[in-house]
Amino acid sequence: MSEVVISAKSVGKTFGSGADKVTALDDVSVDIFQNEFFTMLGPSGCGKTTLLRLIGGFEQATSGQILLEGKALNDLPPYKRPINTVFQSYALFPHLTVRQNITFGLEMQGVARKQADDRAEEMLELVRLAQYGDRVPSQLSGGQQQRIALARALAPAPKVLLLDEPLSALDLKLRKEMQVELKRLQTETGITFVFVTHDQEEALAMSDRIAVMKSGEILQIGAPREIYEAPTHRFVADFIGDSNFLVGNLVDDGAGKRAVKLGGGQVIELTQDVSSQRSGEVTVSVRPERLGLVAESQAGDNQLVGTVSTVIYFGTDTTYQIDLGNDALLTVRMQNGSGAKADFAQGERVGITMSPDSIRVLAD
Amino acid sequence: MKVDASNPLWRFRGITSTAMFFFAYLYLPIVVLIALSFNENRLATIWTGFTMDWYVTALSNDDMLRAAQNSIVIAVSATVLATIAATLAAMGMSRGRFKGEAGVSAMLVLPLLVPEIVTAIATLLFFVALGIKLGLLTVIIAHTVFCIPFAYLPIRARLEGMDPALVEAANDLYANEWKAFRRVTLPLLWPGILSGAMLSFIISLDDFVISYFVGGAGATTLPIYIFGMIRIGITPEVNAVSAMMLIVSILFVSISFLIDRIRY
Repeated sequence: MSEVVISAKSVGKTFGSGADKVTALDDVSVDIFQNEFFTMLGPSGCGKTTLLRLIGGFEQATSGQILLEGKALNDLPPYKRPINTVFQSYALFPHLTVRQNITFGLEMQGVARKQADDRAEEMLELVRLAQYGDRVPSQLSGGQQQRIALARALAPAPKVLLLDEPLSALDLKLRKEMQVELKRLQTETGITFVFVTHDQEEALAMSDRIAVMKSGEILQIGAPREIYEAPTHRFVADFIGDSNFLVGNLVDDGAGKRAVKLGGGQVIELTQDVSSQRSGEVTVSVRPERLGLVAESQAGDNQLVGTVSTVIYFGTDTTYQIDLGNDALLTVRMQNGSGAKADFAQGERVGITMSPDSIRVLAD
Repeated sequence: MKVDASNPLWRFRGITSTAMFFFAYLYLPIVVLIALSFNENRLATIWTGFTMDWYVTALSNDDMLRAAQNSIVIAVSATVLATIAATLAAMGMSRGRFKGEAGVSAMLVLPLLVPEIVTAIATLLFFVALGIKLGLLTVIIAHTVFCIPFAYLPIRARLEGMDPALVEAANDLYANEWKAFRRVTLPLLWPGILSGAMLSFIISLDDFVISYFVGGAGATTLPIYIFGMIRIGITPEVNAVSAMMLIVSILFVSISFLIDRIRY
């Protein structure tokens, strides 16, 4: 991995005092690398926007430090940080034309008029709005305003671009387009993007790495695939995609490997490296699409079996709810037309297949 | 005027006549006043013929012109001072929540509610107690005080409607506090400021009670002068002066209203 651009060291942030004290960030540490598309993902109130605002300089950390290329940023106001922001509301200056909006930052930095105008044209082309320089923001659609906000923030060539849920105001189709667009812009400009969102799909689609946050803490940082396939916490598995959770006991399978013994007596072998220190009851997660169904007659000794309780047909795939008994329900998603037998009827007894690498033991 | 048939107001049969009576009640006296300012007869209430003479008389009356000049000096000074104070107050109040905010807010607009006569007497006693000589200056100070809420309200309304992210965006784009104010806040605020200033100007120009109490011998304003004229007898000259004041007022209020409608 390349150099660290932004480094948060044990950053804490509280708002208010006394009984009204709210902890927005609790001892958060994270390194963000050069040329990275880094996403902070979490529900509202998880502290992701607060962390972004601390990096931008709009809030002051209560404790800890934020470093930019190794230098502490703590006391620098936003206008002295080589970091630009795309605001959730876009915050385009309504009294200025699109071009004046884009040259604003350059002008404040003392760039000559001619040069700034050239740069504005360059930026307008980058966001594919070359003809719009003379308009005012209110004459633009939401998607266009979004692009101008991007162009304005990118014009001064910041070291880091902060994006605060910039796509949340757009409709679904436009949002998908902008996801591709953002990724393209990040690759083309080579600027580090720090993106805040509560939309897990958005995060998976664009990011190089994702930090999943909850209640002011970062639970897991990793590449989208890692976050999705190997969640470390129940919250992460639940927040990103769908997941089944099963409770069982950690045991040794006799051959030196660890396994999980479920309530019904079935033993699931693990490929995950689980510390030998851990024992007792654990929760495991498994993605619905990593499970398969077979007729009960074909089920092996150690396999889970259950009864199909609902069948929902989605076109590309079919989702089955399997009743395992003891109030335990399992969701299984099987792709249609994949060759495997995939038409089980409600009430049918089935065996459930799962590959050991899809079973993740979660942290407490 | 386009009438919407579905408007439930039309179910009330007397609505047209009621509205007409209401507007007549409001504006008929003013219409009569303006009409009589063109009356040839020296007795203001008996119409004998059309003339512009009273306007000529009024505009060549040195005392009247001096009073008008005083009024304008006072109104301009009070407006400038009140608008600056109101702008600063509005900016401060919009900065964020603080303890006692509601109280400060109420205090800012309280002069709108306090009976003018109370303010007038209090201010007069205050100046006397401090030993300040009554004159133009005291009137300006007193006017500034009651103009502040009029200037404050439209400015505050503008600020409320402003996305706080705009200033953050300016800071983010390398503008320090002062530059962000000058390049973003002020341009977006100016319609509110101008609208507030226009209102202040008119309120100051029209004021009688406070001016009457705290103005010294040399600080006769137009309303006080008109009052003095009436005591001698109502001539069409009074009507002419009043009509001119009315035109100025309407002009300023209209401009204030139009400016306030500017939206980005």
